[in-house]
Amino acid sequence: MTQTIPTPQRPWQPSKTDRFETLGVLVASFVLAGLTVEFTGLNGKLGFVVSLFFSLLILNYGFYFQKQGKAAAKDSLLQVFTVMAIVLTLIPITSIIATVVSKGYKGLHWGILTKDMALASVNDPIVAGGLGHALVGTILMVGGALIISFPIGVLTALYLTEIRGPLTRPIRFLVQAMSGVPSIVAGLFILSSLVYPVTKALSGMMGSLALTILMIPTIARTAEEMLILIPNELREAGVALGGTQWRTVAGVILPAAKSGLVTAIILGIARIIGETAPLLLVTGGGDALNLNPTEGAMGSLPYYIWKSFLTGGTPEAFARAWAGMLVLLSFIFILFGLARYLSGRKVG
Amino acid sequence: MSVELSERPAPPAPREITTQPRRSDQIFRIVVTIGGMASLVILGLIALFLSIKGLHILTEEKLGFITGSAWEVITDDTGSIAESKFGIGAMLVGTFLSAMIAILVGVPISVLSALYLTFYANGKVKKFLISVIDLMAAFPSLLFGFWGFFVFMSSAEYWAKLINKYLGFIPFFDVPTPIFERSPFIAGLVLAIMIIPIVTSISREIFDQTPLDRIQAAYALGATRLAMIKAVVIPFGRGGIIGGAMLGLGRAMGETVAVYTVLNVVYQINWQILFGAGGNVASLILLKFGEAGPAEVDALMAAGLVLFILTLLVNAVADLLINRFGGKGR
Repeated sequence: MTQTIPTPQRPWQPSKTDRFETLGVLVASFVLAGLTVEFTGLNGKLGFVVSLFFSLLILNYGFYFQKQGKAAAKDSLLQVFTVMAIVLTLIPITSIIATVVSKGYKGLHWGILTKDMALASVNDPIVAGGLGHALVGTILMVGGALIISFPIGVLTALYLTEIRGPLTRPIRFLVQAMSGVPSIVAGLFILSSLVYPVTKALSGMMGSLALTILMIPTIARTAEEMLILIPNELREAGVALGGTQWRTVAGVILPAAKSGLVTAIILGIARIIGETAPLLLVTGGGDALNLNPTEGAMGSLPYYIWKSFLTGGTPEAFARAWAGMLVLLSFIFILFGLARYLSGRKVG
Repeated sequence: MSVELSERPAPPAPREITTQPRRSDQIFRIVVTIGGMASLVILGLIALFLSIKGLHILTEEKLGFITGSAWEVITDDTGSIAESKFGIGAMLVGTFLSAMIAILVGVPISVLSALYLTFYANGKVKKFLISVIDLMAAFPSLLFGFWGFFVFMSSAEYWAKLINKYLGFIPFFDVPTPIFERSPFIAGLVLAIMIIPIVTSISREIFDQTPLDRIQAAYALGATRLAMIKAVVIPFGRGGIIGGAMLGLGRAMGETVAVYTVLNVVYQINWQILFGAGGNVASLILLKFGEAGPAEVDALMAAGLVLFILTLLVNAVADLLINRFGGKGR
């Protein structure tokens, strides 16, 4: 007696013919769209995209209608819509990155990270100055904001996950609401509460404080999500070994959430590193290197970019601005890569 | 050999069992609670200080601050203010128009993208797309603003002209003079691009929570993907999507730098979205701040207060919707 072993089948995956048919419809749509642009009034890129969209809809509907009936035909329409949506989402991001890279590399030179603009105006040749002062200013301000907002953010997250007091719901809402505070309002708040009544001068520290307001909600929410992921068994184990809640949190939960907390820091930094509006109001934006956050105007990357775009007008000024944008964007890329890497690792 | 019972060491007195936390825990709880109150305190302080500086402008101008659209300070020869008039009506209209366009354009695209990410994409493509969209959410608004001004504006202007040419009979799409640059339409599109990643990731998270058993039940009954999404996913996620859209609205209304670069500030109420006039509250503050004297700064603080309250309201509604309807379904 011979046994026949059936070859494993995967009926839920598209078969070769299915793939071929999908590709066929796609190619046919492109051809139809091309013909429409060629022979009718529609023209240009916009015309092509619009006609491609409609030909995809029509051809998909027609094909699946004759193949599987009305329900399948409608289903294929949704697929076209979703794919179109994701393409529409990706077009701007590709365009943005391409623009920044293609325009920014012209402004790069060897001294860009070390020189400052104390002796150069934005319209001078590119090698005359750099964004060292802006970079240092951004690092100081972001660092200052981090020192203040990290403890507050983590304490808020601990309140929401460990204490779970009666105010958990309202606090969660307030953190949410705080993340919606417009950045310019944060700047106005620092102006009205500190700059006008107390210091009467713009400085880097004021910038730090304004950024703190924007950073706390990001850190608090990310840290909360990370602390929720800590398995409850760890908490129970800590308490079962005789630890008080404080010992459990300090000795078990926070170490277990270490990489999550680092992710929270990174996402917080990524949130504020490009924040412009409050810095325009409260930092003064100097052109020379300033290492003292409590006194004197302090430059920052967003301020530098803003100033180069708005006060210049020459190709050099634009090249400077886009180069600044490129530096800023690379920072965001690096931070984001780090966050991905850290949050990809397992808790523990 | 036996041990005398009386010689045994006395067992330690049983610990008193109590629900009272220890001293260290009490301190810990107090510290964490104080830290947790930070958001409440900060929001309260923002409202307080903006009111201290701005409230007298609001009481002087009364309702005119909201409805009027003149923003002028006339100084006499000595430099003191002879006459001032502050109204942010035009700016509020501009804020509303550009944010609404952002929502109308951005939300459908985001929801469809989120559907694609949850139910169509899989494996590496899905992972890659999700991280790209999350990355886009972290782009600074400065970048969107200048990209919008230098790259996107020329295309958008062309689209605006097309709309005006073919749909100009609708009052919204009419223009008094053919100026299509820096219009609420263009600002709205740039804002739409800004909020798409945010709304997409919120919607995706909500779609991800759809109970798998209901999805499988729908498929088992022979539903196509469209029918399944219509019958299971959308009813389940409706509140969450609306909440996500409201969060996007809040972000779009408070946006400063991006709108400043792509929208003309004109002190006149303008409902024609394709016409290059408008402005929003945040960009007015940025524009006027550099040249403002003390009285005008107070007026800007009042404008900031209005904006703050507005975004707070929108966020409150969003939170309510996400928590009330999100994650439940019918």
